[in-house]
Amino acid sequence: MNRFSYHRAGDVAEAAQMGAEADTRFLAGGTNLVDLMKANVERPTRLVDISRLPHNKIEELPEGGLRLGALVTNADTAYDARVEQRYPLLSSAILAGASPQLRNAATNGGNLNQRTRCYYFYDTATACNKREPGSGCGAINGVNRIHAILGTSEACIATHPSDMCVALAALEAEVRVEGPGGARVIPFADYHRLPGDEPSKDNTLQPGEIVTAIDLPADSFTENYTYLKLRDRLSYAFALVSVAVGLTMEGGKIAKARIALGGVAHKPWRVPAAEALLEGQAPSPELFGRVADALLQGAVGQGTNDFKIDLARRAIRRALRQAAAGTPQSQTDKHVA
Amino acid sequence: MDHITGSQDLSAGTDLPGIPITLTINGRVRELSVAPWVTLLDLLRERLDLTGTKKGCDHGQCGACTVLVDGKRINSCLKLAVAYDGAEITTIEGLAQGEALHPLQQAFIDRDAFQCGYCTPGQICSGIGLMNEGRASTRDEVRELMSGNICRCGAYTNITDAVMDVLEKESVK
Repeated sequence: MNRFSYHRAGDVAEAAQMGAEADTRFLAGGTNLVDLMKANVERPTRLVDISRLPHNKIEELPEGGLRLGALVTNADTAYDARVEQRYPLLSSAILAGASPQLRNAATNGGNLNQRTRCYYFYDTATACNKREPGSGCGAINGVNRIHAILGTSEACIATHPSDMCVALAALEAEVRVEGPGGARVIPFADYHRLPGDEPSKDNTLQPGEIVTAIDLPADSFTENYTYLKLRDRLSYAFALVSVAVGLTMEGGKIAKARIALGGVAHKPWRVPAAEALLEGQAPSPELFGRVADALLQGAVGQGTNDFKIDLARRAIRRALRQAAAGTPQSQTDKHVA
Repeated sequence: MDHITGSQDLSAGTDLPGIPITLTINGRVRELSVAPWVTLLDLLRERLDLTGTKKGCDHGQCGACTVLVDGKRINSCLKLAVAYDGAEITTIEGLAQGEALHPLQQAFIDRDAFQCGYCTPGQICSGIGLMNEGRASTRDEVRELMSGNICRCGAYTNITDAVMDVLEKESVK
């Protein structure tokens, strides 16, 4: 990797100020950044180590929600008793991703900010508008088995690789950030962005801004939920398609529904109109089929990922059935019920 | 890949921009000066001669470089050594007590849980991390929670046997 200087930040304000300067990157768990530096995709001249900042706790919120410190590891979050009991959808999604070693190092903030695993983004010998704006896209008309079917642009068809973020989208979390311009709160749906004509931007952070926490609302899904992840091997692989579902059931009918898809777009994919189709209705295969169609409206295959449209349609229906029945997908026993 | 250059620089010398850090490695306190781009894996292997920890993929995909940091398993290839200032690190060399092997080391021998042996130090450190986490008791859980360690010889069945042996002995205690 290239040579760089290393600075250990004393507080968020100092880190934000340094982070706003060119060619500077924040280092937390490092599981994605260090890898990208080895591949010469990232070539920072300075790393600002934020791993010792005090955003390393999980705390109760006064309104009944939970605040996940940005520097808490993915493992400590998934195994936290409060998260397991009140946000089992989040716990399940985190445990569906990466490996135990990576989850022990990777942080919550880093999970949000990880880059795509598009092969062309990683391979500096190929064209990639995300890595090198204006160079073109190797994935379009290339090998695109893992690529997006929704929300793509002529510049980029990359996906966001996170599992955790798919659950956070369904839970309607909020992202707390601090930067040179102060602190602000970003609704999860507005945190990541679609590629458009600026695919180099994965999210809506401004220069120097640091994620300090993720807030989970009090309203969660403890009975009727599932995280269904489909991939090329049963563990330790990125999703081809994943589905996070949270339902609130009242007297056999669905009072509230939240659905997010992973592996299909540049951000966790939600369609509020599709969720609205479920509300006030009793679960049925016909209804779930219509919801799947609404979620996948406008889906376009890119060649080697054409199969994803039908895979996603089936996964959505299956996940809705699992959630409505209160039988969430196990992340240990991989048989899909 | 440039990491080979990094290793050469390490052994080369004294005029590098070293950052002072203290690491406790296998119970021994080490005062070190380390360039910021040196991974924990390269530090262990190239400078401290602790070559039991293996470099497989060097991208966090194979688990051969797994070590324990403050009792938790991590991929040492993806960690910059400078970021671990003050940490306690255990590698495969630090598991035996004198001539007495760690129970999981012995179980790997008893169960013939390796062929070429290259992934074994990472498998054993990962297995100990798994036990420290206390989240696995069934074979399915062991298989899922050992999935960060690849064995290209395919000794998975016997690796699971070895981990289960020690887990079951521990649960009897």
